[in-house]
Amino acid sequence: MTTLTPADTAFRDEVRQFLATSLTPAMRLAGRRTAGIFTDAPDSRPWFRALAARGWSVPHWPVEWGGTGWTARQHDIFASECAAAHAPALAPQGVRMVAPVVLAYGTPEQKQRWLPAIRNGDDYWCQGYSEPGSGSDLASLQCRAVRDGDHYVINGTKIWTTHAQWANRIFCLVRTSTTGKPQQGISFLLFDMDLPGITVRPIISISGDHELNQVFFDDVRVPASALLGQENQGWTIAKYLLVHERGGTYTPALRARLLRMQAMATAAFASRPADDAERQAVATGLADAQCRVDALHALEQQVLADRIRGVDHPVAPNVGKLLGTELRQHLTELAVTIAGPYAAARLPAGEAGAHALALPEDALWAMGTYLNDRAASIYAGTNEVQRNLIAQHLLAAH
Amino acid sequence: MDPIFALDDTQALLQSSLQRWLQDNAPFERRAALLTTPGAVQPLWTGLAQQLGLLGAALPEAVGGQGGSLADHLVILQALGQSLLPEPYSACLVTGAGLLQRLPSAATQALLAGVADGAVRPVLAALEPGARHDLAQVATTLHADGTLSGRKALVRAAPQATHWLVSARDAAGTLRLAQVRPGAPGVTQRDVRLADGSWAAELAFDRTPTEPLPDVGDVLPLLQQVADEALLATGAEAVGVMQCLLRDTLDYVRQRKQFGVAIASFQVTQHRLADMHMALLQARALVAATLAAMDQPAAERGRAVATCQVQVARSARTVGQSAVQLHGGMGMTEELAIGHGFQRLTLIEHHQGGLAVHLQRVVRWQAMQSAPV
Repeated sequence: MTTLTPADTAFRDEVRQFLATSLTPAMRLAGRRTAGIFTDAPDSRPWFRALAARGWSVPHWPVEWGGTGWTARQHDIFASECAAAHAPALAPQGVRMVAPVVLAYGTPEQKQRWLPAIRNGDDYWCQGYSEPGSGSDLASLQCRAVRDGDHYVINGTKIWTTHAQWANRIFCLVRTSTTGKPQQGISFLLFDMDLPGITVRPIISISGDHELNQVFFDDVRVPASALLGQENQGWTIAKYLLVHERGGTYTPALRARLLRMQAMATAAFASRPADDAERQAVATGLADAQCRVDALHALEQQVLADRIRGVDHPVAPNVGKLLGTELRQHLTELAVTIAGPYAAARLPAGEAGAHALALPEDALWAMGTYLNDRAASIYAGTNEVQRNLIAQHLLAAH
Repeated sequence: MDPIFALDDTQALLQSSLQRWLQDNAPFERRAALLTTPGAVQPLWTGLAQQLGLLGAALPEAVGGQGGSLADHLVILQALGQSLLPEPYSACLVTGAGLLQRLPSAATQALLAGVADGAVRPVLAALEPGARHDLAQVATTLHADGTLSGRKALVRAAPQATHWLVSARDAAGTLRLAQVRPGAPGVTQRDVRLADGSWAAELAFDRTPTEPLPDVGDVLPLLQQVADEALLATGAEAVGVMQCLLRDTLDYVRQRKQFGVAIASFQVTQHRLADMHMALLQARALVAATLAAMDQPAAERGRAVATCQVQVARSARTVGQSAVQLHGGMGMTEELAIGHGFQRLTLIEHHQGGLAVHLQRVVRWQAMQSAPV
């Protein structure tokens, strides 16, 4: 909401210039058509490699590993410009999930082995946390890893594994001990997806998209060097990610969605009278959504600025996840309303306009994103669990 | 309590000395006494003016102030909000003095010097019965002979004012401000206690003599600007109130036992606490961000302030209602600060029109953005 400084304006122009030359029409189309949480890997990887070539693929990392050292405002400008230009939505498993724990807990050899390939886009990661019987109660996980000489032998299964069909690496929480509290017998392993004994089963979501998978491990032998940190330290490492904000923010993408929805509304009501009751209700809904985005934006900027100057707010990631996902879901509800009757149709995005009787692609996107986004309050720790964590902090801290 | 934005040394000192003074001199147990009559607030005013010397914090040095800005008002009102004693500071300093500062003359300079030392309390009387929240719907008339006739509705802090700044239309229909002294001929005044314990008055004027203020033409843009500033300042106050309610509620749910355990152990309680916390965080961050937007052109400023009030209203309702709910029956009584904080948040929620009015301001702004140039 505030005006940019000349330096920030120059930075924004630099980002825009980069987007104008490097974000191709095909990439923008892929971004626009993303109704799931993240853009499919085949469509997002060329964009990630372009970012890597520019030195902007891992902006939040420490500068010595390729981070940009930007200010909070620069991060915001970069994310906002990318979102507004419909850049593909990048899956975070490599850059924002495994990399921070490798940086915090990895040996020098592990950092050297994993980080450069994440930064340059050679490696694509997936996350093996949830199991069929272990969702919110993650510490009850059963997937076993047994030490056998220089290897661990893994048996079990992981579920809701986003983009496992494209990943060549996985980071996994596995059970290495059954004594003591469940949290104390968990280890954190990083290994290849092409090892013998790994199979991937697709899970098609209620929108018809394929983002999720179940992964099975059948006597999979992974080298002992796959272990991050100490054996049975995995729960601590997993929690590290929960309590340290890694700079991911929701509002740049939400604001881009809002703009898209405003354009959708203008088109949707173009041939309706000005006093159309639904049109007025939608206008109020959009204004309300903008107020909410502004409020969350202010909060995210405050948190990010504090983090950059070394002040971490203990439950800021939980607050951000909760507010961000609830607002995301709210926007999708509004998008379906705006889309109107055509929201009911289901077609692959590319086919909507490819006919003499064209269908509006945005309407299909609206329903797809509504259906997919129900996952937002479930993934990465359900919003009920997030509220528990926030309250526990409040009750302990004051 | 966390400040709304990063304070500089002067502001940090200002806020902590005010908080200490309020704890010593205006704790909750003494608050009712400060509100028994409009005049009972005098010890608070004397303290702010003389012991703390902060009434001039945001006033120019030329009139004996410290040369601060709207940011200082926010710092002060967050602390006054924590003590549930925002008035008459908000009405007199943010709105009253805010207006006088933009009406420069020897007379207004003298008034501002009086504000800084605590002798003058200027209050704006703008809204009228039936006009709801519209500063432009004014039937009060400024006659050619300088007298004033008309009616003003529920003017906050009017009973405590030394000067009323009354909006009225002249013969040409231009909106102007005239200065009226309480007790002047033709004034009818009815003091009214508000739902949060503070004071307001219904005012009527019948050929009441006025003292002139500098002619700046149509005063509507000025009134709107000061109203926006006052609304933002109220947001800062709301943050102070909400911080107190959340703190008190956390204390209460930890010690209150039902079914043999502290009610803090119930997830339904915990989730409500989490929602209160998130409501507070968003309001606080947006008040800070809005302060940075106040020097923008009127349309942008208005949009930013309206957005802020939408969030403040929403947060005030969430935090206020939840604080009462989690306190159970005790939240319903006048014995605890909780109930009074809820009363105050409820008035803040509907301040200058509340969520519905301010949301429509954002709707109009969006329509303006998408209209063809």
